[in-house]
Amino acid sequence: MNLLKLSWKNLLYKPLNLLLSIVLFALGVGLVSFLLNVNHQLEENFNKNLAGIDLVIGAKGSPLQLILCSMYHVDNPTGNIPLESARAFLNPQHPLIATAVPLSLGDSYRGFRIAGTTYDILDLYKARLAQGRLWEKDMEVTVGATVAGKLDLHIGDTFKSSHGLVEGFDEHEHDFRVVGILEPTGSVIDQLILTTTQSIWASHKHNALAADSLSQGHSTEHKQGHVGLVAQMPDSVSLRKAAQAQRLELMNHPGEQITSILLRFRSRTNIQALNMGRNINENTDLMAASPPNQIARLQTSMGQGANTLRWLAWVIVVVSGLSVFISLYSSLKERKYELALVRVMGGTRSTLFVLIILEGLLLAILGYVAGIVVSHLGLAVVAGYLERSYRYAFTSLKFLPEEGWLLLGSLAVGFVAALLPAWQARNTDISETLAKG
Amino acid sequence: MLNLNHLDMLQTKSLTYSYDGNHILRFPDITCQKGEHWLILGQSGCGKTTMLHLLGGLLTPQAGSVVVAGTALEQLTASQLDHFRGQHIGIIFQVPHFIRSLNVGENLALAQHLAGLPVDNERIKILLERLGISHKLNKSPEALSQGERQRVAIARALINNPALILADEPTSALDDVNAHEVAHLLEETASSVKATLLIVTHDSRLQSHFSKKIMLEPQQIHASL
Repeated sequence: MNLLKLSWKNLLYKPLNLLLSIVLFALGVGLVSFLLNVNHQLEENFNKNLAGIDLVIGAKGSPLQLILCSMYHVDNPTGNIPLESARAFLNPQHPLIATAVPLSLGDSYRGFRIAGTTYDILDLYKARLAQGRLWEKDMEVTVGATVAGKLDLHIGDTFKSSHGLVEGFDEHEHDFRVVGILEPTGSVIDQLILTTTQSIWASHKHNALAADSLSQGHSTEHKQGHVGLVAQMPDSVSLRKAAQAQRLELMNHPGEQITSILLRFRSRTNIQALNMGRNINENTDLMAASPPNQIARLQTSMGQGANTLRWLAWVIVVVSGLSVFISLYSSLKERKYELALVRVMGGTRSTLFVLIILEGLLLAILGYVAGIVVSHLGLAVVAGYLERSYRYAFTSLKFLPEEGWLLLGSLAVGFVAALLPAWQARNTDISETLAKG
Repeated sequence: MLNLNHLDMLQTKSLTYSYDGNHILRFPDITCQKGEHWLILGQSGCGKTTMLHLLGGLLTPQAGSVVVAGTALEQLTASQLDHFRGQHIGIIFQVPHFIRSLNVGENLALAQHLAGLPVDNERIKILLERLGISHKLNKSPEALSQGERQRVAIARALINNPALILADEPTSALDDVNAHEVAHLLEETASSVKATLLIVTHDSRLQSHFSKKIMLEPQQIHASL
């Protein structure tokens, strides 16, 4: 028997009060922890997926939408751009541009986006093959790890794409065939289905004719090679060469359209490179958007919402502190005699003070633990939804250092809530209480 | 300073107390030897409970001295007094109260812990057995009858082998059978630990049990100048 056990038994003696205090506490702590986690993981994902991209070029519209669409794959394209006006950026000889990744977006398969692009995208996200090989011919796809896992896709599987990001909507005729699966990277490429730019053109009916004429030499009939399960990842030099060849091939089709281009500069300190975005916006029909700037803007506006919610969560924490206070304070009156007894049995004034403080701290710890459990269960539940809508892997098992601070904050709330009742208990007039019986 | 005979377990001198600063309660000097059993008798309102609280260190006298087992209570600090009470003085009240959230055994264990002593479950069992309530060890005090509760209260007062046991009207809430039994148990258990027993009561049923008596007179309430 000790004070901690006594305070625990005292709490258990009033199970409904205990429950109410814990539920309120858990609500506040859970909300704070949930927001911290969502915010942190979003931020982390946003930053991870910046992938060293310096500039995104696309059709005029909202620059944020362009970024969200081309880099995070959560929004629709701002439109398409004619290859004619974009070809300069695809030129491997461009003096300022180290890497240019063309993207043709707009189709999806069961919620996962199909991107027509070149091998350069693999380098952006440091992706490697897990199985099979890279896409070579039209209608061949190499899928990200998440896509393969979630849709249970295997090498040799075929599927039809649909227009937009919504499942089962406006299906296209052509069959895509899986030839390779990528290793998980933790970045957005895990959620993409990669194919040739020409495949996107071909799968759109209105482009079918042009696509047929474009894909000469890509005939699917006679080059249907065997695809093994062993990963056949080309080395980086040949990958880069192949990617350049793909870009040069695209430049031969000025009449076609793509969605956007992801650019990496040769040097980030080059003045001309830094001014490229403004030049494009002012002097061409294209739009250039800087990912760090747009993401910073997005995070500022998201941060305001998250901040409001966080304040709300702290208000709930304070209210739960108030409930701990009221519960302890009101219990004092009926426990007055017991407190006097503790003194009769040899407990000091400090003993009574510590006893009530312990009850406040215990409530805080229980509420904290319940809140963290609820928050991470909640994260697990919404992780699937968030993964779908934000295209990132969310984990419910990650614990942030801020959650350690949250524990200290909870203990502080429990302590402060118990302070006045504890002081009151400390000053119980034992003789008067005992005499009244 | 008091000149102490080491056999004196309890000695008071010129004890006075005032609740409002105007009316002063004066108490007779008493001296009790080790192992003696005393009754303090008096009508309601003559300050019996006040005197018991003074003897137990629950109240601080306005003037005068209380010496228990050679220790002058007024010379102890507040927390020293609390510790001293826990270790050397057992107190039984008219209506026995317990920590409701704890069972009988835990209540007794808490009394050991709060007195700064190790919890001795064996002693708890033996004591409850001697009081005939060992089967109530794991029961909630609220589930006991009034007589059983008073026995648990006796057990709690005795658990730390106190030098002095103070009882405030321990039998007045009990029927005749229980009153005699509780009085008997009090005497017996106090003797077994050689404790000095002081019972404050107006219960005439107890008078036959005890030979040493102190009468508190109502006129001892004085108005101060």
